[in-house]
Amino acid sequence: MNNKSTLLKIKNLETRFYTEDGVVHAVNGISYDMEESEILGVVGESGCGKSVHALSIMRLIPDPPGKIENGEIFLNDRNLLTISDNEMRQIRGSHIAMVFQDPMTSLNPVYTVGDQISEALLLHQGMDKKEARDRSAELLSLVGIPDASKRLDDYPHQFSGGMRQRAMIAMALSCNPSLLIADEPTTALDVTIQAQIVELVRRLQENIGMAIMWITHDLGIVAELAEKINVMYAGYIIERGLVHDIYKQTRHPYTLGLLGSLPRLDAEPGTKLVSIPGLPPDLIALPKGCPFYARCTFREDQCFEEMPVLEPAGGYEHKVACWKWEKINGSGVQR
Amino acid sequence: MNEQRPLVQIRNLKKYFPIYEGAIIQRHVGDIKAVDNVSFDILHGETLGLVGETGCGKTTVGRTILYLYEPTDGQIIFNDIDLVSLNESEMRKMRHRMQMIFQDPYASLNPRMTVGSIVSSPLEVHKVAKGKLKRDRVNQLLDMVGLNPDFVNRYPHEFSGGQRQRIGIARALALNPDLVICDEPISSLDVSIQAQVVNLLEELQEKLGLTYLFIAHDLSMVRHISNRMAVMYLGKIVELADRDDLYLNPLHPYTQALMAAVPVPDPDIVKKRVRIILEGDIPSPANPPPGCNFNTRCPITEEICFQEDPEFIERKPGHWAACHFAERFL
Repeated sequence: MNNKSTLLKIKNLETRFYTEDGVVHAVNGISYDMEESEILGVVGESGCGKSVHALSIMRLIPDPPGKIENGEIFLNDRNLLTISDNEMRQIRGSHIAMVFQDPMTSLNPVYTVGDQISEALLLHQGMDKKEARDRSAELLSLVGIPDASKRLDDYPHQFSGGMRQRAMIAMALSCNPSLLIADEPTTALDVTIQAQIVELVRRLQENIGMAIMWITHDLGIVAELAEKINVMYAGYIIERGLVHDIYKQTRHPYTLGLLGSLPRLDAEPGTKLVSIPGLPPDLIALPKGCPFYARCTFREDQCFEEMPVLEPAGGYEHKVACWKWEKINGSGVQR
Repeated sequence: MNEQRPLVQIRNLKKYFPIYEGAIIQRHVGDIKAVDNVSFDILHGETLGLVGETGCGKTTVGRTILYLYEPTDGQIIFNDIDLVSLNESEMRKMRHRMQMIFQDPYASLNPRMTVGSIVSSPLEVHKVAKGKLKRDRVNQLLDMVGLNPDFVNRYPHEFSGGQRQRIGIARALALNPDLVICDEPISSLDVSIQAQVVNLLEELQEKLGLTYLFIAHDLSMVRHISNRMAVMYLGKIVELADRDDLYLNPLHPYTQALMAAVPVPDPDIVKKRVRIILEGDIPSPANPPPGCNFNTRCPITEEICFQEDPEFIERKPGHWAACHFAERFL
């Protein structure tokens, strides 16, 4: 896996929102690389900046009030933040595609599913109507919708939730993107349908070989799907590494707490959940030190004064932003 | 605690929502069978988990037990009293003893009422306490759920999701109920906050001897909090057992698939696991398939499954399942 070339390089990305209540520090200087055909899980709770960082990559941050303050995003050595809107439009859809959380609202109810999938093909690939329709049918059957050529003429309301998400994935795949960003694609779905979608994405990734960024709050799904994981908190990446290191050699107290909060189907009866006390910090008034200070059980004075930087923590590409990481070597999973 | 005595007995409970057609002359053309012939007990002091996917009828079961919906047919026996036979004022008295915690802590609290008036409203409605007695009780309740009693004059928007859910819990406990129906109380909360609320519910149960019906779609959380678990599919309970028995030896193919679909946050277990992926979607409850209603997705169907609806019977002590082939998995 070390021979793959870098697909996406993010350096010091900062995104803020200027609201009436003050400046919301949504993403606070994150940097990481993604390799070709890598599956990266981005994990965190509401408001940790995981979706905003993905929208920043797509340059879909509404401006105003949002603004990408700082940083560089390279896709194959092309800086996405300096190219023109027109060039960016070419990139969206053809190089990076995105699947959103809610399949009920991200499809247009007044167009047929076929029209919506063909749109990108007509626009980006210069196909004629017949070609686009054939390719759409092909895509729909690729994502596992039976009788695809007939279902092209259905409207979104005739599809179930799982089928709509499949249609969204078909749409995202239409121009063979090298990176697929999936923003909580299964959160609105039931577990048995979620398992279908995860299986589908895994199969597609094996066949097509695109890179996938899977954004979620569910630590279970990424354990099944991803190779690497970024754990985000208050707009920072606080831990990053291979799946095994994150779950078995957890170095950050927040990751540890997050894993402890999860009940496990195979846990001993009567074990108490380890909850993290308190709430995430207000992104308008971030503390000057570590954002996790107020909830952390390992904290010391230094943590209050200074924000720790993301530094190597042993394992392959395992990085952690905590002053005390050397003291923590937990498997958040075994209690 | 007398564990074996049932607090609530549900017998052949049905709740159908009629479907009408026609603009002027309405014709009754069918029913959505949200709950279709369900029988089970909730024992004193236990937590019974009720799981299932969207639209399986789990919330309707909860609401019908509280008589928020009038059942189409069947009996709800609460402490030897059949709720179906009660008139309105008798029913109101029974409501002291059963309360509900709702899913959405944003929608279930009136934004124009202060925390104090939200928590005290059950006390007023049921004329339990007034004046200083009422204020003391509210302070006590807030303290019990881990909120600062000085917050009584604040409004719901000043609180986070987890804190709002605590307000909802305080309101449900105001009348000292025996039974609390928790309808997806944590599904709208973040992971780290979910654990806080679940731990609180467990503490309160121990302290106050509550009985919970815990409704959720998150299997791992339900297994964590429950003593026994029931699995619903398309208006019917397909399996009910002790939580470990249900997890280790599921007898119904739907339960097996559901267990296999839950993501496990542990890469080592993931590698070893056998995956069962169910095909297709849940059929509409207005038009369930003939025979066993799981036959459209079931991996082990045979002819009998399309003709006969399997009975929900006890396959071994304390373990009920509705499948023609349940014996195979014993």
